[in-house]
Amino acid sequence: MILIGERINASFRDIKRAILEKDKRPVQEWARKQAAAGADYIDVNIGAVSKKPEDMAWLVETVQEAVPTPISVDSTTVEVIKGGLKALDGRPVLINSTTADDRKLEQLLPLAVEYNASLIGVAMDERGSPQDVARRVENGAKIFAAAIEAGLTPERIFLDPILMPLKFMQNQAKNVLETIQQYTMLSDPPPHISVGLSNICSKAAERGLITRTFLVMAMAFGLDAAVCNVLDEDLLNAIATAELILNKEIYSDSYLQAFRMKAALKDNQGRRQ
Amino acid sequence: MEVKIPEVKQSWPNPINTVKIGATKEEGGTRTSTVTVGGETTLPFYHFEGAIPHPPVVAMEVWDIPGEEWPEAVKEPFAEVMHDPGEWARKCVEEYGAELICLRLKGCDPNGANKSPKEAAQAARRVLESVGVPLIIWGCGNDEKDNEVFPLVAEAVAGENCLLGTITEDNYKTLTALCTAYKHKLIAESPVDINIAKQVNILALDAGFRLEDIVIFPSTGALGYGLEYIYSIMERTRIAGLKGDKVMAMPILCDIGIEVWGVKEAKAEVPEWGDPKKRGPLWEATTAYVYLLAGADILIMRHPEAVRATKAVIRQLMGERGGEGR
Repeated sequence: MILIGERINASFRDIKRAILEKDKRPVQEWARKQAAAGADYIDVNIGAVSKKPEDMAWLVETVQEAVPTPISVDSTTVEVIKGGLKALDGRPVLINSTTADDRKLEQLLPLAVEYNASLIGVAMDERGSPQDVARRVENGAKIFAAAIEAGLTPERIFLDPILMPLKFMQNQAKNVLETIQQYTMLSDPPPHISVGLSNICSKAAERGLITRTFLVMAMAFGLDAAVCNVLDEDLLNAIATAELILNKEIYSDSYLQAFRMKAALKDNQGRRQ
Repeated sequence: MEVKIPEVKQSWPNPINTVKIGATKEEGGTRTSTVTVGGETTLPFYHFEGAIPHPPVVAMEVWDIPGEEWPEAVKEPFAEVMHDPGEWARKCVEEYGAELICLRLKGCDPNGANKSPKEAAQAARRVLESVGVPLIIWGCGNDEKDNEVFPLVAEAVAGENCLLGTITEDNYKTLTALCTAYKHKLIAESPVDINIAKQVNILALDAGFRLEDIVIFPSTGALGYGLEYIYSIMERTRIAGLKGDKVMAMPILCDIGIEVWGVKEAKAEVPEWGDPKKRGPLWEATTAYVYLLAGADILIMRHPEAVRATKAVIRQLMGERGGEGR
């Protein structure tokens, strides 16, 4: 499972304040905590707080100072993404994200090529978010084909079928599961499949339970990445267990410990490089 | 008609750990040669796909007491030296080309000669002084006694970067601590069980030991005695390691001689089975061959003929990629 740590996002009050006041401390603290927990990427998102590419550059630089972990540059605005990419120190990067919108693809695919980046493609198009499986698959396939055409390998492509709140759009979760399964059939090896996990429990009671139940179900359908709260112990334990059940890891009695050690080894290795 | 052969090469993200055994004078020891194993970036002998920087090696087995119970065919080559582990080891190295010596502290067994920790340490020193190759030192298998013996032995060979074993799921703390303190490498044993193999490594790591200093011993069975179970465990272990499971990315050791020379096919005097002096070594070499294909990095063997045949096979399997001239 590829874990993309969601916490450095301006929708959180402490990060919003940090961006406005250029206070590195909370940003670096969250970067370190998420890296230690085993994040494969640290997502950085300036949200609605700023539209300035230099603010994204600041965020990227601030995280880079603190941890060796790859970064996920998260914005809906191409110029802001570009600002983040320019600030990179050469470490692996994930562009989060494009949509199936032609204009977006035309702008972001060359950037992914130029920065040797991986790319999340959200199954959305100019008409908005799809409500059914067919359009999710159509948009995902379109992004996938365009990315391959541009020269990206399947390992650098992440498709996001768009997860919606269970409380408000109950029928969509099942559509997302079906879409995930379809995405796994796009190529061999398939692209990565990722969701913004916390969307599922928005405004709901039992947030943790809903989140991890969905995640293990989605893993069974082929999900292998998530933008999520990597500090959620119960969530990580569920992932570690699901990886065993799917026979992706070799069982040992101390498998939870092994999962944490993997995170620690990853973190150390990054520091050594 | 042009036949197009599909591309089958696979690229594995994680190399197997490289483990060095032995220390020269410059490195704080007294060895005249060292042995390095591991480092593979592909499955055994898939030269077309990845690198196998270090060929598998053959260690020969020596005991701290004469091998009275060894079958005649394998006792004979060593009959004159078995009274002295030093002489025995020297013969293995000088005459039969052993790349390491495995000193098995069989004499410490409380149900046998029950030798003292001090005697065990002396035997280890004696072997060290007699040969220049690196040492593997193997306990008697009685946990309680091994935990009394190893503190003295590990200290007696300090600085020599030996490979000591074994730790198991139920008995790992003492030897792990000693290997940390005296900077030796460690053999992690599991009973034909991949889950326990992983568990033992996690326990050692948790006790503060470096994963990069561990060699996996998944148990060994002679040809005809469950070899295929261990074969598949070794395969799964190696694939997991190459795929990125750091807790499984270790070189693998197989204890061939002791297993083979315990089975009737190798030792029994049955005229219609052919000459046991030929049959035994053939059984040992064939067993070794299979384990090489499964991914063995270190083979512990007994009979000089089996050792010779196995080393020849290793050279062949390594082709021109570093196997020649060893």
